[in-house]
Amino acid sequence: MKIKKAFRVWQRNFTVYTKLYKSSLVLNFVEPVLYLLALGFGLGAFIKEINGVPYINFIAPGIIASSTMFATASECSYGTYVRMTYQKTFDAILATPVNIDDLVAGELMWGAAKSVLYGTIIMIVLFMFGLIESPLLILAIPVLFVSGLIFAEISVIAAALVPGIDSFSYFFTILLTPMFLFSGIFFPLDVLPPVASKIAFFSPLYHLVNICRSFSSGSLHLAIWDIVWILAVVVLLAPFPFRLMRRRIIK
Amino acid sequence: MDIVHARGLVKDYGALRAVDNIDFKISKGECFGFLGPNGAGKTTAMGIIYCFMLPTSGEVKVFGINVRGNSAEIKSKIGVMPQENNLDPDLTVFENLIVYARYFDIPKRDSSPRAWELLDFVGLKEKAHVRIRDLSGGMKRSLLLARALINNPELLILDEPTTGLDPRSRHSVWDKLNYLKSKKTTLILTTHYMEEAEKLCDRVAIMNSGKIVIIETPSRLMNIHGGNLEDVYLKLTGARLSEEMH
Repeated sequence: MKIKKAFRVWQRNFTVYTKLYKSSLVLNFVEPVLYLLALGFGLGAFIKEINGVPYINFIAPGIIASSTMFATASECSYGTYVRMTYQKTFDAILATPVNIDDLVAGELMWGAAKSVLYGTIIMIVLFMFGLIESPLLILAIPVLFVSGLIFAEISVIAAALVPGIDSFSYFFTILLTPMFLFSGIFFPLDVLPPVASKIAFFSPLYHLVNICRSFSSGSLHLAIWDIVWILAVVVLLAPFPFRLMRRRIIK
Repeated sequence: MDIVHARGLVKDYGALRAVDNIDFKISKGECFGFLGPNGAGKTTAMGIIYCFMLPTSGEVKVFGINVRGNSAEIKSKIGVMPQENNLDPDLTVFENLIVYARYFDIPKRDSSPRAWELLDFVGLKEKAHVRIRDLSGGMKRSLLLARALINNPELLILDEPTTGLDPRSRHSVWDKLNYLKSKKTTLILTTHYMEEAEKLCDRVAIMNSGKIVIIETPSRLMNIHGGNLEDVYLKLTGARLSEEMH
């Protein structure tokens, strides 16, 4: 794999994105803001505080984390699949000096970039709402790239395996939605039976939520093991998107 | 020097043998055509030349480089015009060329004048800032040809370059390919139009069920077998035809 060639693929996706962002960017922010308003203010009227933090402030860092997950996951599942199957963009690229590994690396880096982009913008919005305690949260931005790579890896694996584009609804319903609900965004997991936290340990979103929450309260040291987890998993998962995409595309 | 040299080339897709032990050489500046019914293995043979897939067995060298080796180096000197449209639908005509040039590490200061030159060559200058979805089928084919030339390829691979085109557009593509031939670009193409093969190809390989039936110049084929190239084609792939009818 050559980083420069992978960058060419990244750059292609970026070029297309700069032409289309107006239609997608706004839509992607509607959802997190809706959650924040509905749950933060609605539910927050009943649940005043969790662990001494006002409810809306409690969920805000988690909303950042989940937004990055959904931004990257839709890019590298639906987006990657459309480029691969309907637009045949991959066929066009593979006729050039870019090879399949460069291509997959480019897709993953682009997915990760979307995590950074969406995470950063939502952070800014939440700062303006006054929902973030500590400006140290900006230190989480590089972490968003790594966690973004994990979400991208999982999604590219899905894109390499699905028989058709409709199958992604399984990917979202069975994998991403439970992660979204049970990664400690809306309530601390210790209210659930202990097995829930054990399962949550395997959710990248759970660790990212911990990281965002620790950083936004200024207590970086609380997130050390979550960062280690993310760094380890990004490496462990790495071979699979490459291997599965090679198998799917190169006949 | 041989631009392409294939020996004992075999390609299997699972249990299906798409290309069955074929040998051929293509020399510099030549226009070489693969003819044969659908499923004869033409597209697969070309796909191996431009390193889209690896051979199951046998040896294929392009520019003297083994396709199992440095495929990026081979691909940097090849242009491919695919059978299906795979242009970037969200980008304009001009942007499609610039983005494609980047895959070859051609910087914008070089790709921009090159893109204009190519758009002029294929008659799409006026459409430079039009989006792909607003182009006619013929214009998309022309743009695919222009895109295949962005890296000044030594070898141009064309998979059914004029399928679905009206006669005028077809003649216009032929003119362009003849011009490229005169500039010593090596051409490899597949086609179902025997008139096209007769007009463009120095030699043709007639394929059937993964095998090469014969490799010859169109004029020799017509001399030996009589009739025009279409008659020869039907005669040489006839066994298969009558099999299908039964």
